[in-house]
Amino acid sequence: MSIYWSVLTVLLLLGITAPTALAFGFAGASATRSRIAPVSWLGRGYIAVVRGVPDIAFFLFFVIALDQVIEATRHHVLCPDWVEPIRQGSDFVVCQAAKMPQGNAPQWVHESYGFAIAVFTFAIVFGAFAANVIQGAMAAVPRGQIETGESYGMTSRQTFWRILVPQMWVYALPGLSNLWMVLIKATPLLFLLGIQDIVYWARELGGIKTSRFTDYPHGDWRMWYFLALLVFYLIFTRVSEITLERLMTRLTRGQATTTGEAQRKAGTT
Amino acid sequence: MNACVQTIADYGLRAIGIGKRLLPREDFTLCEQFTLIGSGMIWNVYFGVLALIAGFGFATLLALGKASNTKTVRKPSEWFIFLFRGSPLFIQFFFGYFLFLKLKTVFPIFAPFTAAWLGALVVLFFNTSAYTAEIFYGALRSIPKGDIEAADAYGLSGWSRFKHVIWPTMLRLAWPAYTNEAIFLFHATTLVFFSGFPAWQQRGDALYYASYFADKTFNPFIPYPILASYFILLTLCVIGLFSIVNRRLNRHLPANTRQRLRIRPNLIR
Repeated sequence: MSIYWSVLTVLLLLGITAPTALAFGFAGASATRSRIAPVSWLGRGYIAVVRGVPDIAFFLFFVIALDQVIEATRHHVLCPDWVEPIRQGSDFVVCQAAKMPQGNAPQWVHESYGFAIAVFTFAIVFGAFAANVIQGAMAAVPRGQIETGESYGMTSRQTFWRILVPQMWVYALPGLSNLWMVLIKATPLLFLLGIQDIVYWARELGGIKTSRFTDYPHGDWRMWYFLALLVFYLIFTRVSEITLERLMTRLTRGQATTTGEAQRKAGTT
Repeated sequence: MNACVQTIADYGLRAIGIGKRLLPREDFTLCEQFTLIGSGMIWNVYFGVLALIAGFGFATLLALGKASNTKTVRKPSEWFIFLFRGSPLFIQFFFGYFLFLKLKTVFPIFAPFTAAWLGALVVLFFNTSAYTAEIFYGALRSIPKGDIEAADAYGLSGWSRFKHVIWPTMLRLAWPAYTNEAIFLFHATTLVFFSGFPAWQQRGDALYYASYFADKTFNPFIPYPILASYFILLTLCVIGLFSIVNRRLNRHLPANTRQRLRIRPNLIR
């Protein structure tokens, strides 16, 4: 049964991470365009740092780091009269009240806390990549379009929201759809973050015996389980490819690009 | 200082089984972390370099296959590329490992494939071939028509046309993207020991040791930055080597039209 839930977990992760990462990316990209220098630096710094660090090391690092930062912060706030240092040799000690989640919390809180941290990590990492794509897309919107807006007497805020943002999506979409593919393929890494996802269950259920049950009535089926996962991901990417293709055709309608122009001509003749 | 030299002598080649058998258990020094993670890099370089060299040849064949007019050649190449680009590398590792385990019980000749040094190498080889083939295929399609017409006019055909005109042009066009692929492959090698392939006698790669230290010390802030710095060095080496080749490939062009290497670090596959 749990393997079906874990498929839902993966889909849920995609469903939550994609918009969050997009929001992060949008915020990052808008920040780099800001006229206030520190805000712009912040945006640029975020993109540069996260993109520069190699892949799964970031995932492994960030989950523990985030956990410890949260606990340490709570420790300082909740138990100010604690004198011993937090790091004692190879132990990380915080006071009872600062434990996150609380030691006596039910199981589902622990699980969803882990899941939330994983989602946050994914969102930060993919947000940086999305920011890079969106930044490029904003720069790709023809300058004349914005000048037209300005000549109509729009403020810079109005040109940003009414002209730049609606037009940039068509330039951002190829990059974003690429990112979506990468995101789909990054979901098995949930397993490394200690979430019981499909990889975990494929290993458990396929094996001859598991930690919990003694024996399964079948031999080593892990190969077939992983074949099924492989096919699942293949179908998933293929479906996304086709959907994104359709979306692209829809978005280019009436745009000042080569494809948009070709569509217009095909429509009139 | 002397203690550190001793540590390097003990653990410098630990990843390939030379030196002290036992890993340090407590009181981890910075020197130990640097040495062990560095010795783990041997595996990352080994996987990356061999897969890259072997993948280069196979990718050329695959790209030619995908660009071919014969259906019996084109379809298998297309499917191969889709299979390995459409599914996560992580799942491919798992599937490969269990597939080799299964094959071992039928044909004993597959026994070495269940070890990381060969099995993971094969998976990485197929994976990078598929990605590189797609890059090469794109380059093949964008070879200027004039180049091929010029070759025809000189009376070149078949093999000599391929060797003197098509292949060098394809490489020249594909090189910037291929550099990214190489960097990306080196990052992907860190997945090996987290995906089923066991680290025999704790001979693991850099990330394996980094997470070992992070687990033991509960302090991710030291081993992961060390790992990151090693990888940044490795990336710089790759960029250096590839830009030498790039300069050679572009040597006949006027300086202002040469393609510059643009490094776009990617995340995960």
